[in-house]
Amino acid sequence: MDDLEQVILAYVKKEYVDEDDDREVTPTTPLISGGIVDSFSMVSLKRFVEKKYDIQIPDADASTAAFDTVQKIVALVERFRKVHS
Amino acid sequence: MTATLVESSWEVAERELGLQPGGPVNIGWYCTDRICELGRRDVPALIWEDFRGVERTYTFDDLRLKTNAMAAWLQGLGLKPGDRICLFMDRVPELYLGVLAILKMGGVAQPLFSAFGEESLGTRLANAGTAAIVTQKKHLSKVRKIRDTLPELRSVIVVDAPPGTLKENEIALALDALPACQRFEVHPTTAESPSLLHYTSGTTGQPKGAQHVHGSLVAQYITTRRVLDLRDDDIYWCNADPGWVTGTSYGIIGPWACGTTQVVLDAGFNAEHWYAFIQKRRVTVWYSAPTAIRLLMREGTDLVRKFDLSSLRHLCSVGEPLNPEAVVWSQQAFGRPFLDTFWQTETGCIVITNLPGMPVKPGSMGKPFPGITACVLDPQTNEPITETGRVGLIALRPGWPSMLRGYWKNPSAYEKKFRNGWYICGDRASVDADGYFWFVGRDDDVINTGGHLVGPFEIESALLEHPAVAESAAVSKPDPINMEVVKAFVVLKPGHVPSADLELEIMNVIRKRLSPLAMPQEIEFVASLPKTRSGKIVRRILRAQEWGQPVGDISTLMEE
Repeated sequence: MDDLEQVILAYVKKEYVDEDDDREVTPTTPLISGGIVDSFSMVSLKRFVEKKYDIQIPDADASTAAFDTVQKIVALVERFRKVHS
Repeated sequence: MTATLVESSWEVAERELGLQPGGPVNIGWYCTDRICELGRRDVPALIWEDFRGVERTYTFDDLRLKTNAMAAWLQGLGLKPGDRICLFMDRVPELYLGVLAILKMGGVAQPLFSAFGEESLGTRLANAGTAAIVTQKKHLSKVRKIRDTLPELRSVIVVDAPPGTLKENEIALALDALPACQRFEVHPTTAESPSLLHYTSGTTGQPKGAQHVHGSLVAQYITTRRVLDLRDDDIYWCNADPGWVTGTSYGIIGPWACGTTQVVLDAGFNAEHWYAFIQKRRVTVWYSAPTAIRLLMREGTDLVRKFDLSSLRHLCSVGEPLNPEAVVWSQQAFGRPFLDTFWQTETGCIVITNLPGMPVKPGSMGKPFPGITACVLDPQTNEPITETGRVGLIALRPGWPSMLRGYWKNPSAYEKKFRNGWYICGDRASVDADGYFWFVGRDDDVINTGGHLVGPFEIESALLEHPAVAESAAVSKPDPINMEVVKAFVVLKPGHVPSADLELEIMNVIRKRLSPLAMPQEIEFVASLPKTRSGKIVRRILRAQEWGQPVGDISTLMEE
C-alpha cells in the first residue's frame, strides 16, 4: 500500500504541480477540489494508474470524488486490482 | 393607428446608466465609483474564498480605492492607454480587481486561463504584442520559459511573490498593501475605446483575439438585469473563470455594474463543497454550466437534500447546449430549472436566451434577447430560413453594443464572420413555431469541450512537435459530461510503435504545453488519415465516425 501511495504521489507531484507552486502535496491533499488536478487532467491520471497497475476503472467509478486525493486513488486501485485478480 | 414609442433594451440601459451619446464611458469607473456614488459603498462587492476556506472581502468602496491604486501603480510602471496587459491568474481577487484597474487607466485587459501551458500562453501574448503580464508565483515558470521570445513584453508582475524570490526583471505587486488612492483620473474612454481582448479558437490558424470596447457595458448591464435578473439584494455566484468571456462579462462587468454582491469560490469541483458554499453564502442567483450541472447530477439529489439551498431563486446556464435531462433534474433538485443562455466570445453578451418568466422548453436555447435580431440562415442562399424546424446557421444582425469590433491584427478573419449582412456565429440550429431556437451543433471543426472552444489546428500543431508524430488530426468525440472531448488520430513516424506509454506521454505533452482542455482524452494510432486529392486532412470523416453519423461525400478523397 505504501509503495502504491508513494508511486502515485510522486507521479502527481511530477506531472500536475507547477515548478513554482510551493504547496505541499501529501496523500490527503485535495487534488480535484484543491485545484491541482482538473476534471480534464483527471483522465490522464486515470490512464496512468490503469496502465501502471494493469487495471480498468469503469467511468462510473472514476468520479471526481474518487480521484480527489492520492489516498482515495490508492483505495480505488486496490479495489480494482482485487477485482482483476 | 397610434404610434407607440417603445424604448429599446439598449436605450433603457443607457438611461439607467446615465450614459450620454458620445460621452465618456469607462467600465472600470461604472463598476466601482458609480456604485459608490449611488450609495452602495459599504455593500460587499466581492466575497472570495479558496478551497481551504481562506476569505477576503471587498466592499464597493474597497473596489474603488484598490482599482484606483492599482491603475496608478500600473501607470507608474510606464504602461500607457492602449497597452495590452495580460492577467494570468487563478480566480484570486487580484484578477477581478486587476481587470477594472487596467480599464480605468485605459489599458486593454487580456485575461488568459491560468491552466494554459507555455505554448498557448506564448502564442496569445505574441499575437497581442502584450506589454505586461500580471501573474502568480505558481504560474511564473511558464512565463519565464517564453519571456525571451516576447520582445514587446516589458513588465512581468507577480502578485504573491515572497521577498527575494523574483528575478531582477520581475516586479512584485501586493495589492492589499498598496496605499488607498482616493482620486484617480480615470482615462476618458468612450463607447468605442478598446477594453478587453479575449482569445478564441477557430477551425484554421492560431487563436484570434476578439476585440471588445467599453460600450459593451450597455449590453452586459441590461442582460445581467433582465436575464440573470440581478437585484440589489442578491448574492450572485458565477462559476466561470475570467480567463474566459463569461467570467468577465458576467463575472465582473455585469454584476458590478448593477452594484450586486458576488461570491467567488477559487476551488476545483466538489459537489459537497459547492452546496456547502451556496448554503453558507446564501447564494440567490447562480450562473453555471452544463458540464458542472451534469457532474452534480452524477452525485444525485440525496446529496442536495443534505443542504439548505432555499436561498436559490434563479438559475442560468451557459457554455454549451443544456440537455433536457439537466433542466428536468434541476427542477427536481433545486425546485427550479436552469435556464439556458446562448452567446459566445464574439457577442460579448447573452444573445439568445430563456428569460425569467418565459415558458421553458427543455433543450431549447430560448429566444433572441430583445434588441437582438437573430435568425437561422440557409447556408446556400444566405437568406433567413422562414420554415420552422429547418436547420441553418445561427446569424445575428450586427450592431448590438457588445459585438466584437474585430479580431486583433486579423481583419480577414473578421470579414469571414459575415454573410449577406449577417454575423455568423458558427453554430447550427432550427427555430420552432413559437420562435424558440434549438441548437444542433457547430458548423466547423472547432471542439466545444466543457463549454470551452478548442481549435484543432493548435492541437495538431503541438502534436506534430512530438518526435514520434508524423501526422495528426484532432476532432471531437461525444462525452456524457463535457458534451465533447478531444480525440486525436495519430500517424507515427517510422521506427515508432503504438503503445499505452506513448499515448500517455503524448497526452501529457499536450496538457502541459497547451492546456488540459486541449489534451486528447483518447489517441488512436492509425496507418493513414483521410485526405483530399490535394492532400488536406478531412477531419469531418473522422468526426462522423466518432459520432456515428454518415460520412457524407467522399468522392474527393485521395485513394489509398
